[in-house]
Amino acid sequence: MKSLQERVAALRPALPVTVGKSVLPFAVAILLAFVMDKVVGPMVGATWSKILLDVGIAILLAGSLNVVNGYAGQFSIGHAGFMLAGGYAAAWLTFYGSVHWFGTKETVGGFLGSGQLLFLAGCMLGGVIASIFGIVVGLPSLRLRGDYLAIVTLGFGEIVRVLGQITARQPKNVAAIKERSMGELANNLGGAEGFSQIPGYTTMFFVYFFAFLLLVLAYRLKYSSKGRALLAVRENEIAAEAMGIDTTKAKVVAFIFSAFFAGIGGSLYAHQVGALDPKELGFMKSIDLVIIVVIGGMGSITGVVLGATILVVLPEIFRQFADYRMIAYALALIIVMILRPQGIMGVKELWETSLWRRLVDKVRTRIRPLPKATAREPDKK
Amino acid sequence: MTAALAIKNLSLAFGGLKAVSDFSLALPPGGLYGLIGPNGAGKTTVFNLLTGVYKPDTGSVELVGKRIDGNKPNQIARAGMARTFQNIRLFGELSVIDNVRTAAGVRTKSGLFRTLLRTPLHVAEERAITQRCLELLDVLGITHRQDEQAKSLPYGDQRRLEIARALATEPKVLLLDEPVAGMNTQEKIQMRSLIQSLREQFGVSILLIEHDMGLVMDICEQITVIDHGVTIAVGSPKQVQDNPAVIEAYLGVPDAEDPIPRPTEPPQTDAPDAAEAKV
Repeated sequence: MKSLQERVAALRPALPVTVGKSVLPFAVAILLAFVMDKVVGPMVGATWSKILLDVGIAILLAGSLNVVNGYAGQFSIGHAGFMLAGGYAAAWLTFYGSVHWFGTKETVGGFLGSGQLLFLAGCMLGGVIASIFGIVVGLPSLRLRGDYLAIVTLGFGEIVRVLGQITARQPKNVAAIKERSMGELANNLGGAEGFSQIPGYTTMFFVYFFAFLLLVLAYRLKYSSKGRALLAVRENEIAAEAMGIDTTKAKVVAFIFSAFFAGIGGSLYAHQVGALDPKELGFMKSIDLVIIVVIGGMGSITGVVLGATILVVLPEIFRQFADYRMIAYALALIIVMILRPQGIMGVKELWETSLWRRLVDKVRTRIRPLPKATAREPDKK
Repeated sequence: MTAALAIKNLSLAFGGLKAVSDFSLALPPGGLYGLIGPNGAGKTTVFNLLTGVYKPDTGSVELVGKRIDGNKPNQIARAGMARTFQNIRLFGELSVIDNVRTAAGVRTKSGLFRTLLRTPLHVAEERAITQRCLELLDVLGITHRQDEQAKSLPYGDQRRLEIARALATEPKVLLLDEPVAGMNTQEKIQMRSLIQSLREQFGVSILLIEHDMGLVMDICEQITVIDHGVTIAVGSPKQVQDNPAVIEAYLGVPDAEDPIPRPTEPPQTDAPDAAEAKV
C-alpha cells in the first residue's frame, strides 16, 4: 500500500480550493463581526448589546477552555488566571500607552484608528503573555492528571490573582504617568484595588471577531491530525504514545492555544468593564467557565457556543425572580445535569447529531425531491 | 542483510523479580516469528520493553540497524514499530475511521500553524490520510463500520481495528499481542490469512504473541518460548513442539507426583463458580 507521503503530491488542492479553505472562513468571521456590530447591536438596544458582548466573551473563554478540558481531557480549573494575566498585559499597554502616546486616558480614534490599533496590539500582547503562562501550567500536566492536575491549575489561578493583588498602586494622573517610562510602570497594576479607568475599546466587532476566529481555529484543530492527537490523549494516553503521538507536546500545545485565547478574552473583558479586579477573576470565574464547557458538552464546539449563550442569557431572563435568580440558575444547572449528564451536545457537534441529519435530509428532499430512478437503484444490482 | 528487529540480551527486573532475562531475537525483514509461553511468562513485558513502555535494565534493541532502546514510546513508533494491545486500547469515543486517522497523523509534516491556516500541504495530507485509512479499513474488512464509535464495535472488529490503527503508522515491524484472543473459529481462519497477507501488502515483519497454538504453529517461521522471563526454546514450530523443556513448561514435569491436584470428593457443580473458573 502506498505510504502517506507518496500520496500527498497528487492530492494538493487547486488554488481556488486552497483560498476557499484557508482564507474564506476568516473573511466570513470579519463579515459576521461587522454584522453583529452594525446591524444586530443597534437592533437589540443597549441592554441586550451588553448581554451579547458578555455572550461573545464567554464563547471566546469557554471555547478556549474547551481545547484543554474537552479535546485533550486535561481538567483545568485555572482559566481565569490566564484571563487575568492577559487582561493585565493589555490594560497596561492601552492605559499607560494612551497617556504616553496620545496624551489622554480616554479612547482615541474611530474604527481601526490609532486607539483601536493600540487595543488590538494589547489583545495580542495579552494573548502572548497568557500563553507563556500556559507553558508554565502545561508542564505539570505532563506528570499529573485528573483531580491532581485540577488542583495544580486551581493553585495557578490563585497565584496569578495574588500576584495581581500585590502589584504597586496605579498612578492615575496624566502628568505622573508621563514622568515614568512604560517599563517602569509594568508593576503598577493597581494591586488589591484593581486596575481601573481602562479605556473602553471593546466593541461588538472585536468581541465577535475574536470569538469567530476562535471557533474557526478550534474547528480546524478538531478536524486535523493535531486535534485528533489531543482527542487520543484524552481517550487513551498509552495507546496514543504507542501510535507515535508525543503526548507531552500535545498537552503543552493545547495549553498554549487555550491560554492565548483566554488572554485575548481577558483583554476584551478588561476593556469592556473598564476595570480589572483580581478578586472578580478568581476561582469562581474559572468554575463558571468550566460549567459552560460541561453543560455544553466537553469537546463539542457547538455545545460550548450553546452553553455560553444559555448560561449568560439565563440569569438575565431570571432577573424577574430578583433575589431568587441564582437559585433558579442553579436549579437549571442541576436539571440539565440530571437529564443530560454528558452536556447538551455530549461529545458531538451539531452537524453530527441524528436530529440535525434528519432535518438536513428533510430540507434536501423538499428542495430537490429524489428522482424515482435513484429510489429503485438497489433493484438493478 | 540487516535484521528488521535485532534484540540482544534484553533484561528487566521489577525489584527482585526477573521479568525478562537475556531475551534475544533476530527478526529478518518480512519474517513472521512467534513468541509463546504460559500465562505470566513475560511475553507482554517483552513487547512493552520493545515499544519503550519500560526501559530495559540491560541489552539492546535495533530497528533496521538503528538503536531504539531507551527511547520514548512515541519516538519508537515514529522509528517504525507499531503494536496492538492484548487488552484492547482503542480511542473509544472516536469513530472507527478517526481511530485510524489519528495513528496516520504520525507521518504528516504540517505543524500547528499549517493546520490552523489550512495550507495546501495540510489539506493534501489530510486527504491522503483519509484515502489511506479507508484503504486500510477495507483490507481489515471493517469499512462498513467506519462511522461507528470504536467502543461500540463487537470484539472481533475491535481487534481488527487495533491492527488497522497499528498499520496506519506505517511500521516496519508489527507486534501483535494475541490478535485472535476471543475470536471464534471462523474469525480465526480469516485472521490467519490476513496476518500472512500483511507481510507482502505492507512490507512489515511481524512478531506475534498468541496462545492459540494451532495458529502459531501454522503461520510462524520461528518460535521463541519463554517461561518466567527465561527463553527456554527457540526453533521451528516442529522443533519447539518436540522440545521437552517446552512440554514441561506447559504441562508440568512428567515424573513428578501428579502436580495437578485432583478433588477427592466429586466436584461441586456450582454454575457461577464454574463459569468464573473458566474465565
